[in-house]
Amino acid sequence: MDMIWDGIKQAFLLLIHGDPQVLQIAWLSLLISGSATLISLSIGIPLGAVLGLTRFPGRRFVVSLVNTGMGLPPVVVGLIVSMFLWRNGPLGILHIMYTPYAMVIAQFIIALPIVVGFTMAATQSLDPKLRLQITSLGASRVQLGWILLKEARLPLLAAIMAGFGAIISEVGASMMVGGNIFGQTRVLTTDIVGENSKGEFAYAIALSVILMVLVYAVNFILTMVQQRSKVR
Amino acid sequence: MRNTGKILSVCLILVVLAGLISFTAGCGGTATVTPPANPELIMASTTSTRDSGLMDVLIPIFEQQTGYKIKPVYVGSGAAISMGQQGNADVLLVHSPAAEVKFMSGNFGINRLLIMHNDFIIVGPTSDPAGIKGITSATDALKKISTSGINFYSRGDNSGTDALEKALWKKIGITVADNSSSNPKWYIEGGTGTGMLDLLRIASEKNGYTITDRATYLASKAVVALDIMVQGDPALLNIYHVIQVNPAMFPKVNAEGAKAFSDFMVSDATQEVIKNYGVDKYGQPLFFPDAGNTEAELGSQ
Amino acid sequence: MNQPQTDTAPLMEAKDLIVAYSGQKVLDLPSIQVFQNEVLGIIGPNGSGKTTLLLCLTRLIKPQTGIVSYHGTSILDGKAVLQLHRQIAVVFQESLLLNNSVWDNVVIGLKLRKVKPKEIKARAEKWLERFGIAALVKRQARTLSSGEAKRTSLARAFALQPEVLFLDEPFTALDGPTRQELLEDFKSVLGETRITTVIVTHDRNEALALTDRVGVIIGGNIVQLGTPAEVFSSPANEEIANFIEAGNIVHGVVETQSEGLALVRVGERQIEVCSELPAGSRVILLIPYDDVTINLPPTDTITTSARNRFPGKVVKLFRTGSQVRVTINCGFHLTALITRKSAEEMGLREGMEVVAMVKAVSIHVLARH
Repeated sequence: MDMIWDGIKQAFLLLIHGDPQVLQIAWLSLLISGSATLISLSIGIPLGAVLGLTRFPGRRFVVSLVNTGMGLPPVVVGLIVSMFLWRNGPLGILHIMYTPYAMVIAQFIIALPIVVGFTMAATQSLDPKLRLQITSLGASRVQLGWILLKEARLPLLAAIMAGFGAIISEVGASMMVGGNIFGQTRVLTTDIVGENSKGEFAYAIALSVILMVLVYAVNFILTMVQQRSKVR
Repeated sequence: MRNTGKILSVCLILVVLAGLISFTAGCGGTATVTPPANPELIMASTTSTRDSGLMDVLIPIFEQQTGYKIKPVYVGSGAAISMGQQGNADVLLVHSPAAEVKFMSGNFGINRLLIMHNDFIIVGPTSDPAGIKGITSATDALKKISTSGINFYSRGDNSGTDALEKALWKKIGITVADNSSSNPKWYIEGGTGTGMLDLLRIASEKNGYTITDRATYLASKAVVALDIMVQGDPALLNIYHVIQVNPAMFPKVNAEGAKAFSDFMVSDATQEVIKNYGVDKYGQPLFFPDAGNTEAELGSQ
Repeated sequence: MNQPQTDTAPLMEAKDLIVAYSGQKVLDLPSIQVFQNEVLGIIGPNGSGKTTLLLCLTRLIKPQTGIVSYHGTSILDGKAVLQLHRQIAVVFQESLLLNNSVWDNVVIGLKLRKVKPKEIKARAEKWLERFGIAALVKRQARTLSSGEAKRTSLARAFALQPEVLFLDEPFTALDGPTRQELLEDFKSVLGETRITTVIVTHDRNEALALTDRVGVIIGGNIVQLGTPAEVFSSPANEEIANFIEAGNIVHGVVETQSEGLALVRVGERQIEVCSELPAGSRVILLIPYDDVTINLPPTDTITTSARNRFPGKVVKLFRTGSQVRVTINCGFHLTALITRKSAEEMGLREGMEVVAMVKAVSIHVLARH
């Protein structure tokens, strides 16, 4: 119990003194997970909108894939990405195993089905007649998609929070493809595991506190944006 | 449609029940002797004993013979010793002599007994860019690596391997520490804290050098593309002790169980198993039994 | 309402429209035309295909077969459809506003059509004012009442200054008083702007009030087309008459015929009808509710020009506002629409013996076999 209290105190001190190590690790966490989230949004939102708004043969199959993907265990993703990126793997010549790029790839794969699934649900819940109305106003397909996405902005923000939340806190895939290398691929989650297995429990708790503060801060900002567009 | 729903629900319940039953049945233990009063024994050991596969052989024998049920926790020696210092383990099997001595002087443990040894080796890419292959002195090889600028990978996790490696660097005047940004640029800390194999993978992938225990190296040859560069230097000896956590300090530990395990590890039969372990698979033994020897007599058995 | 200019080329035309869902034909229409400046009504019962027709004419759905032409040019590909959409406006039964302010909703169509900002502002302000919702500009759409939302969607449509305005039962979802108010506003706007309009409705009062021509659609096809007066007083067949509730429908057989006056046997009674139909013809007669008078016996002392007198008993009295529908059984069921005042003065009650009178000239022959 003292350990938890010690950890919280240590977290406070680390942050106030701006301990460069911790700041670097926290920044790397944000950078990697932030990039992966942005990439998954840029591909996932249009994909989700298409799935939600159009009908095509085989759609049901794709939807079931997306739903399965939402529950995909991150370690499995890490394992599969590793198998591709290892020296002997098909993409071994890229030499990106144990680099932040590998982590962005793995986290992107984890976040993508979540973003697609949420966006699909958000667009599906729109009144189908609304589509007719907006089309009749003279919107091209692209304009229509854009307007409908803005109309569904509340659940879309939830999609962003869900996607980011899933990957900033995941550790299995990041460990496997990143290797927790100090200064290169060590992020908050992998560091927590590493410090814990060294026996540095207080420090691990401090890092945990910092991670939770970080996640809370990001979600707070996104929630403010989401709720403001609701209340106005 | 309604009937299908009912059938599915019944099947689901049966599956869950079957799972629960088999789970609890499986927890009954496979002891063939009368189980001791407190059969649960927490053994903190290192990742190298796990990764070599030795414990997978020894533990079942011990459990069969004594009726104890071992809960093995594999972490770095440093973490294992930490656990002992908090009374969270009953017995330790570790290989970090300096830290062990400190542990004993603090009265945290009793009966520190020599069990076995093997050696560390320096491994690196086949191309050997730093040109250290065949050098007999470990410290000379490390010096050469430091001037070549080729990356050296370290566990940085307080394990026995890590402690030895850092001590070697210290001998040639290079100070390296965990999580330090003042480490030389070619000195890279990595790995997930899950053991040597992980770091070997990283070093292999990134074509760098590292120190590893021979056992893990041999066990990992299939997935790691590194060759042995330096071996045989006495400074690279890796010595394992078993230590019982002091029941006087931590009354809650399973003292009888710890003693039973300690006795088991030094027994002739177990030492024989250790001697032969790995020969048929790797063509050479992974560990050398040392029970009863002094540290000076290592390897004479 | 003006006389339809049906001799000039139509503004919009559609031919051979067929729409089918899972093998079932919902729309099967050989031809329809919409002329400049007219208000065309499409009236029909639920499921008759009227909404489908509107969606086809606006190319919001693509018919299985058939071509929609606009100013003589066929609308064939996606580009033409987009062009079309930027020249029309559609108002649906639901207001279908976006989750934004009233202002944002009114201007969105204009923005999509790349109208200049100054022009956007001018038009939006004008039409918000015209529909009486200028004070609501900043309000969020989801906080509006149904009447306010409907006005917003109308302002949105008129601000576009469309060539053709399409409406699909725009006032059906509103409650009585709101509907009445909006209908009047809308009627005056239509009168001012003279925009070519196609309005789908199932309310014959709306059709009567707003349209120049009205087409009755039943079973996916237009079965009668004409001015509201024509259609409502002379429905072409029983089905139409039933739907528009023109009057009593009675089946009978012509017994005798002389000098343009036919005697039709209906059950035990004989009805005199102005018709040239020969004896033996089976006929369906339409006796408008408005043309039946109720009289208290004894009536043999009255000399009236009405050829038909039917004694019977009152079976039902149904009050609607200032009028009463009186149904009597005179060998067949006959319903009359009279003023409440008369009903009260006469002391009409269920079970009373009365005599219904109908002029032969009022009775329409709907069909003959």
